[in-house]
Order: sequence, then structure tokens, then C-alpha cells
Amino acid sequence: MGTSRRSLLAGASAAVAVAPLSRARAQGTTIRLGVLSDMSGPYRDATGPGSTVMTQAAAAEFGARGFTVEVIQADHQNRPDVGANIARQWFDQGVDAILDVPTSSVAFAVNTIAREKNKVFLNSGAASSDLTGSQCSPNTVHWTYDTWMLAKGTGAAIVRTGGDTWFFVTADYAFGHALQRDTTRFVEAAGGRVLGAARYPFPATTDFSAFVVQAQASRAKVLGMANASTDTVNTIKAAREFGLHRNMKFAALLMGLVDVHALGLETGQGLLLTESFYWDLNDRTRALTTRVRRANQDRPPAMVQAGCYGAALHYLKAVADMGVAAAKADGRAAVARMKAMPTDDDAFGPGRIREDGRKLHPVFLFEVKAPSESRGAWDYYKVAATTPGEEAFRPLAEGGCSLVRS
Amino acid sequence: MLDFIENLLGIPAPLLFGQLLLGLINGAFYAMLSLGLAVIFGLLNIINFTHGAQFMMGAFVAWMLLAWGGLGYWWALLIAPLIVGATGVVIERLMISRLYKLDHLYGLLLTFGIGLMIEGVFRNEFGSSGLPYRIPAELSGAWDLGFMFMPVYRGWVVVFSLVICLATWIVIEKTRLGAYLRAATENAALVQAFGVNVPRMITLTYGAGVALAALAGVLAAPIYSVNPQMGTNLIIVVFAVVVIGGMGSILGSVITGFGLGIIEGLTKVFWPEASATVIFVIMAIVLLARPAGLFGRA
Repeated sequence: MGTSRRSLLAGASAAVAVAPLSRARAQGTTIRLGVLSDMSGPYRDATGPGSTVMTQAAAAEFGARGFTVEVIQADHQNRPDVGANIARQWFDQGVDAILDVPTSSVAFAVNTIAREKNKVFLNSGAASSDLTGSQCSPNTVHWTYDTWMLAKGTGAAIVRTGGDTWFFVTADYAFGHALQRDTTRFVEAAGGRVLGAARYPFPATTDFSAFVVQAQASRAKVLGMANASTDTVNTIKAAREFGLHRNMKFAALLMGLVDVHALGLETGQGLLLTESFYWDLNDRTRALTTRVRRANQDRPPAMVQAGCYGAALHYLKAVADMGVAAAKADGRAAVARMKAMPTDDDAFGPGRIREDGRKLHPVFLFEVKAPSESRGAWDYYKVAATTPGEEAFRPLAEGGCSLVRS
Repeated sequence: MLDFIENLLGIPAPLLFGQLLLGLINGAFYAMLSLGLAVIFGLLNIINFTHGAQFMMGAFVAWMLLAWGGLGYWWALLIAPLIVGATGVVIERLMISRLYKLDHLYGLLLTFGIGLMIEGVFRNEFGSSGLPYRIPAELSGAWDLGFMFMPVYRGWVVVFSLVICLATWIVIEKTRLGAYLRAATENAALVQAFGVNVPRMITLTYGAGVALAALAGVLAAPIYSVNPQMGTNLIIVVFAVVVIGGMGSILGSVITGFGLGIIEGLTKVFWPEASATVIFVIMAIVLLARPAGLFGRA
């Protein structure tokens, strides 16, 4: 099992001190938040330790309101069995809510356990829209983004600009399939066609030249990348090398700030991508970034990390509203209270949580800047379009969630 | 002829030729990496599981030379293997040299552990998402071959690695130094009795094997994401290549490297989902039929 660092956030002072779990338990009025994430694999930089930093930032901002907040973290190594073991152990040891959990397959496992033990699962890192669809749970909030919203954000935008024939390069597992499926719906609904797809083994693929050449041979207008992280970076690098950018548009369906950083603006310029958070959006996001930047290894928070901040802050507000004892006793009631209260935080602004567990907030289509437009480190995006939360996510009735009364 | 191929396989001939060429390019990486492994195993009897991490270090040193020292790709091609090779020498002297008298398993565990630690240090320092590295201006651009668009850099990778493989083979099979090396692996005590400093020769051999991995890393830096995990996926395939070619056989690892690259490339056209598995299926078949590998001595 991965290393887990235990740290106690002492209310208003926001000082982080290492405390054994037993002492904290003796105090009785402690809310324990467990950040379960990829601390050592490909998704580490977009989630990982930064998610813990942002969860701690939420606890510090929340301050002392009659109870202390403890934040612990662990590495699930992107393996459902490892993630499930840690989740069970944590819940049995008195952890009240698990946060983040990137990698959809691990998130599904934790989703089931949180429901079974009547605790709280605040997901930020996983993408599959099934978390608020066929797999929805009264104990789960899906905060930051999902495959449906990415497909609508980037996919539909590219179809509108004339990209009506697609070839997909897809990671061959639950996430890649969901992303391709959700995007295909938008392409076909707009009158476009999917000409082909290459499903490559994940995570065992390094070289994508064979797939980009197939895409080129298909004569599709759009290269749809239903993958993430290093795979997306390697796909784009290969596609540019083989000259696909001359007659094809690139649709990097899940791409974030750290991926653009890894790619470099020279190669990444002009790409369209969808996120619900960017550090340089407005005064509130910039103020948040200034507060956390030092603790976050001098990097601005990435979208999923910001989601951990937003979710943790709103959960703590709900706990304060209903009383610590009631919140600890009944995770379902705590999530119900979260849904009843409007949300507001520096990362996502005002919003709300729908009855299927979907958090609603504005979603942005960004265009990656050219090197000449970038004014400094991490100045990578300009806003191309903004979609209000109510339109950006899958309509409530279409998800097939059993919690939704028709 | 072209029509015949198209009718037989059901895919356009240009696409097929393109994929054969791409397979050859990937094969060049397999060949260079398995070459280093084969040299180390052949002469030291150590299964070097640090090889993937050392490949990664080559790419990172190239990035550092550019970002911190302003030295571009061509300098990196020369300096990075020397630096990483030197770290290999230190590792061999301090740790691996103590294991020669023990079972293979000890060397395997030690090098595997060192590899994990090196990856962990780089991950802590640079994160997991990778760093950008550009294709050098002299090698950017592409040729239009008619049946496909061929990036100049990929052509360079094939030619350069063929030259390196050939040079290594000549050094080991045709020179006096190579003769000493081969003799020392057969009977170290006798070679030492003739006045050859065998321990130093073995240390330098390990350093050279590591330098080959780093050289492959520099070649990979412009086309793959430079990140701490970049060697992990590749190294598993490369071990399969070495096993299929015959542990310790230098010519075998080079030929097998290119051959398997082509087979993998074709699988990516006909059945992409299986492209990671096909090499291991071949490995299983070869081990059943010829346990010593295609070019190994039983």
C-alpha cells in the first residue's frame, strides 16, 4: 500500500502539524478527509499531492467552527484493488469523506464502498460520466468535470467549425471508451461521421506513429484523441511530426494545464481544450492561486486539484450547517445537505449540486496561446467560449440515474 | 503486384508500406536498448533491470543540457551517454561488483530496486507529466515518399542506430579489446593471469552498456514525452526482445529488435488492441521451440 502522510490542520491557524491518528480521534470533533489519488503515476501532476494541498487550503479557508479538520493522503497506484483496500481501511478508521480518486475504474470501486458504509465520496479526478449516470449514488458528488462535458465542450466546438469527419485514437479501457462514445454522439448529432478508430493498449503504448498514420490515411478532417496525460502528449507530438496539422484538426478531448506544459507552446499552440477551472480566469481564481502556489511546488493548481478545494470547502460548510455529529453519523444526509445548499468558492464561483450528484458550474473552451502571446510561466490559455453550468453537463433525464424521479 | 497485396490483405498498399517503415523505426529503439542489455548480460552475467531508468536518464540529461547549459541536441548526443555511463560505472563499482559470485536473482533484484529509486527521484524533482524537447532544426521537416509522409528525424533514428549497432558488433567481434572481453567472460582468472585488468574492463563494459541506453534516450527525447516513466513500458518489450534473440547474443538482439518492431507495426494495423501482446506471444512460442532463443547458444 502506498505511503500515507498524516497531517492535522489546526483550524484557523492553518498550521500543519503531524499528529498520530489516535490523538485526533480522542478529540471527538474532528472531520477526517482522505485524499486518495495517483501519487506516483502518469496522473500525478494533474491530481496527486496537489490535490492534498488544495484540500488543506479549503480546510484553512474554512477556519475553526467548532471542529478541527484532518487531511490524510494515500496512493492508489491507479489500481482498483489497491484503492478499494485503502478506502475500506480509511472508512473503518473514521475517515468521513474520500476525495479526488482519478482513474474511472478506481473511482467506481470507491463509489460502491462509500455507499455501502454510508460515508461521503467527493470525486474530482475521475472522468466517466457514468458516476452520475448508471452508477450514481446518494453518497457521491462528482465535482469537477466528466466525459460528457468534455465531449460537448471540445467535440461539439470542433464540429461547428467544419470538422465533420472524425478518426479516433482511443485508450482501450473504460475511460477511453466512454469518451469516444460521448463524443461520437455529438459528432453524429451535428451531422458528422466517424470514419474509424484505433484502440491501443493502455498503458503499454509509447509510440503512436502507427495510429496517426492510420488517421491520416482515413482522410478524416479531425483527429479525436480519446486518451489523457502522457498518451495525449505523445499522440500530438507524433501527429505534428507526420504533418497531420496541415490538413486535420486536433481534438484533444481530455487535456489540461500540465499536459500543455509538457508539450510546450511551440507544439501545443492553437489546440482547443475544455476545462472548468483555469488559474488566470478572474480575480478570485488569481487570489486562490496566490494563496496556494508556494505549497503547490510553485505551480498554479490544475483543474482537478481545484476541484478538491471546491468540494472539500462545500462539504465542510454542510457539516457546520447540520452539526458535526450528524454529519459523521450519516454520509447520505451530509451529501443531501450539500445538494440543498448553493455552492460558492474562489475556484468555480457560484453553482449547485444536482440530485444525481453532478456539480454544475460554468465550463470553458480554451485555446492554447502561441509562444509570442504568452507573458510568462503558466500563461497558456485564452478563453474561446463559456458555457453556463446548466447547459454544459448532461441533462438530468438522460443520465439514467436511479436517484432521479421521472 | 500492389493490387495483389491490396486484395490479399484488405488494406491499401501505401498504408502497409508506411506501417512497415514505422515498425522499422520502433525496431531501431528496441535494437539499441536490447544491444546494451545483451552486452551487459553477455559479459557480466547481470540482468540489468535499471536499463529503462538509464534510458530515461539519457533523455533527461539531454533536457538539462539544453535548459540549464544551453547545449543543444548534437552536444547531448555526445555528452549525455558519457554522464549517464559514468553513473553506471559508479553503480557497478559500489554495488553490482559485489554480486558477481551470487545467483542471477540477486543482480536482478538489485538493479530493479536501483531503477525504481532513480525513477522516484526524477518524479519527485520533475513531476510525472513530462518536459518538452524539440526536434533539432537540422532534422525537422519531412520527405514525401509517395506512399507516406516520412519525418526526417525518424529516418535519422534508423540510420544512426544501425551505425551504432554495427560499430558495437565490430568492437566486440573483430577487435583485440573485444577478444579480451569475450575471453574474460569465458575464464576471467586466465585472462587476468596474462596481465589484463579484468575488473576494470568489466566496470567499463557496464558503463558502455548504460551509455548505449542513454544514447537511445537522447534519440527518443524529441519524439516521445520526456517523463520519469518513459522507460518503464519500453523496457518490458526490450527484455522480451533479448529473450527471443537469445540472452547475451549481440547480433541476435539487433536482428530481433528490428524484426519485432516490424511485426508489432503490422499488428497495429490489423488488430491494434493486441499490439502490446503480440511480442509476448512470439516470446512464448520461441521459448517452447528454442529455449535458448533464436540466436542463443544452448
